[in-house]
Amino acid sequence: MAIFSDSTRGGFRLGMLIYDTRYRSLTIQVGFLFLAMAGAAWLVDNTVENLRALGKDFNYGFLGTRAGYDINQRFVAYSSDSTHGQALLVGLLNTLFLAAIACALATVVGVLAGIGRLSRNWIVARLMTVYIETFRNIPVLLWIIVMMAIMTEAMPAPSAFRGEDATASMILWDSVAITNRGVYIPEPLFTRGLGDLDIGVFLVSLDLVAVLIVGAAGIYAHLIITRHAEAVQNATGTRPATWWKSLAVLLLPLLALLWALGFHPGWPELKGFNFQGGIYMRNSLIAMWLALSVYTGAFIAEIVRAGILAVSRGQTEAARALGLRPGPTTRLVILPQALRVIIPPLISQYLNITKNTSLALAVGYMDLRSTLGGITLNQTGRELEAMMLMMLIYLVLSLIISAAMNLYNRSVRLKER
Amino acid sequence: MRKSILLGTLAVVGLGGGAASAATLDDVRAAGQIKCGVSTGLAGFSAPDANGVWQGFDVSVCRALGAAIFADPSKVQFVSTTGQTRFTALASGEVDVLARNTTWTLSRDADLKFTFVGVNYYDGQGFIVKKDLGVASARELDGATVCIQTGTTTELNLADFFRVNNMTYEPVPIETNAEALQQYLAGACDAYTTDASGLAASRATFADPENHIILPEIISKEPLGPLVRQGDDEWADIVRWSLNAMIAAEEYGITSANVDELAKGTTNPEINRLLGTEGNLGAMLRLDPAWARNIITMVGNYGEVFNSTIGEATPIGLARGLNAQWTQGGLQYSPPFR
Repeated sequence: MAIFSDSTRGGFRLGMLIYDTRYRSLTIQVGFLFLAMAGAAWLVDNTVENLRALGKDFNYGFLGTRAGYDINQRFVAYSSDSTHGQALLVGLLNTLFLAAIACALATVVGVLAGIGRLSRNWIVARLMTVYIETFRNIPVLLWIIVMMAIMTEAMPAPSAFRGEDATASMILWDSVAITNRGVYIPEPLFTRGLGDLDIGVFLVSLDLVAVLIVGAAGIYAHLIITRHAEAVQNATGTRPATWWKSLAVLLLPLLALLWALGFHPGWPELKGFNFQGGIYMRNSLIAMWLALSVYTGAFIAEIVRAGILAVSRGQTEAARALGLRPGPTTRLVILPQALRVIIPPLISQYLNITKNTSLALAVGYMDLRSTLGGITLNQTGRELEAMMLMMLIYLVLSLIISAAMNLYNRSVRLKER
Repeated sequence: MRKSILLGTLAVVGLGGGAASAATLDDVRAAGQIKCGVSTGLAGFSAPDANGVWQGFDVSVCRALGAAIFADPSKVQFVSTTGQTRFTALASGEVDVLARNTTWTLSRDADLKFTFVGVNYYDGQGFIVKKDLGVASARELDGATVCIQTGTTTELNLADFFRVNNMTYEPVPIETNAEALQQYLAGACDAYTTDASGLAASRATFADPENHIILPEIISKEPLGPLVRQGDDEWADIVRWSLNAMIAAEEYGITSANVDELAKGTTNPEINRLLGTEGNLGAMLRLDPAWARNIITMVGNYGEVFNSTIGEATPIGLARGLNAQWTQGGLQYSPPFR
């Protein structure tokens, strides 16, 4: 900056805004800002003008009116008498649920395929290559439709399970029924359940809360036992046996709680037109889940492979030289370093899954896009309002996921001291 | 990122809104063709034939407009719309008229800002089931899985019907008629519900129509008709009276076979006014005096179109029923051409 010192002589002239490099960038930025604001103002004005020409107003009052349609998969109380706002919530929870299970399965599939592709076993490595290249190079919508077609066309109808000469039968000791309407699995039931807690928007199962609390307490106790064993090992050199203690604190309280609540599985049974009882996973859910998982899993596999290859071979050799066996080498040396490379691109894959759940309309899975952006939009004719609200929700969702994953990334990245 | 998405939507809405204004008739004349929104394919009502030419009962409404405005029924560009996309397509100006089994309701008329110009088919919602299901009435469908086209009034009627009758059901929402039929035939749903005419049309395309029955209950009124955007009354009048011309022609016994002869002049002043040999009805609509004559010559009267597309002689096999002329005990009734 010192080379421009001669220009400080004399007062400020207007021309300096353009010819003086000290001010020029500022001038350009201010000018650009004004242009952007003018563009935005023009768009808003044009929209308002056109809405008025059409005789439409802009308001979200429709969210409080009766929806009138039914939604098949719902995690909160909802009927056709509920409001459009409640339908939005049902759709949002369906989106979140699908995104959560798809992220989980995609991670498992991706890690296995990524490690498999690096395997020294020729067949495994080639099979994984074929999987990755096939799945990530075909649009996910096609995979969704293929999965749905398999579920609908290849599986038996519930009526095939009926009668003496049934052509289909349930699997796993009559506990799971795979039909062309979805999969029925046993559900947990409690004869002496604690009931539900109404927290305004939806009901929380107290049984589930109790099981989670006891489970978490068990894990905490297990950690204390392990820490104690480590302290003893550091002091005396011998590590006390902990497996039976850990097993006891993890399992016994849980079993006692389940017994106290009167836990028993509810089996799916063929009644009337469909199977009744049990948990019903609709084939739209399964198609979306599998398609998103295997598709994104292929991308995650490449990320995992890149992460592992990014750790130099010298690290492995050094760990071996120190006497670490292959298992601990992977767990203590390779993975912590690989994770630093893996996490940032993994975040964007999770975001992709969340956004791709909006393809659910193709198979009739009632997510946010199908409820708010589909039926509600159609029945109320509030295109602009519904679309903008939907974009806002997806945006907030993505930012939350991104923020959470960034927190995790901070905990695994290279610590500089 | 956030700002760009927002601006993008506003831009799209702004542009879409801009196209919706101005006089539709002038736009149509300037474009040299009518953009007509139809279904994605429903046999008999609107579906492309083997040569890719759109044919059907709803399609003939658009063809009649082509005949009235351009004296050429082929000057129509057909745009496929789903139950979900049809209203956005019409509101944004992507199509000039929607002739797509759309039910006339108050909220669509008033809140969605459309104008329904008439009813070309009086329908009601029904159910189709496979015979081996052993169901004879819709009231026996408690607990059934029902396929529905999403974004339609049938979705709301279905919810009401089951709630009023204290029955439960499992809705399977599907985007198009074709996908719904595929799911129904695969047994992924026990019943498929839509307008009874649509069920009859679809059953005609099955490999084994005799194994499917349409249940006797009709659970709703579904007056289906063409609609246009609200605010351009001149255009609405043209579509309305083109439809009325077809209905009136049948009432007065004007067919595509005898229209040329009747156009030479008759003793019935109503026929003369309709065919443009007397009065100036065409000019009032800013159309050619022979507009109605062109419709009847090139497309046919209401009864002719009905019989050739969905009538009892066709595979769809729909009886006239409510859609007979008012003189025959039906509801089809055109206001006078005067």
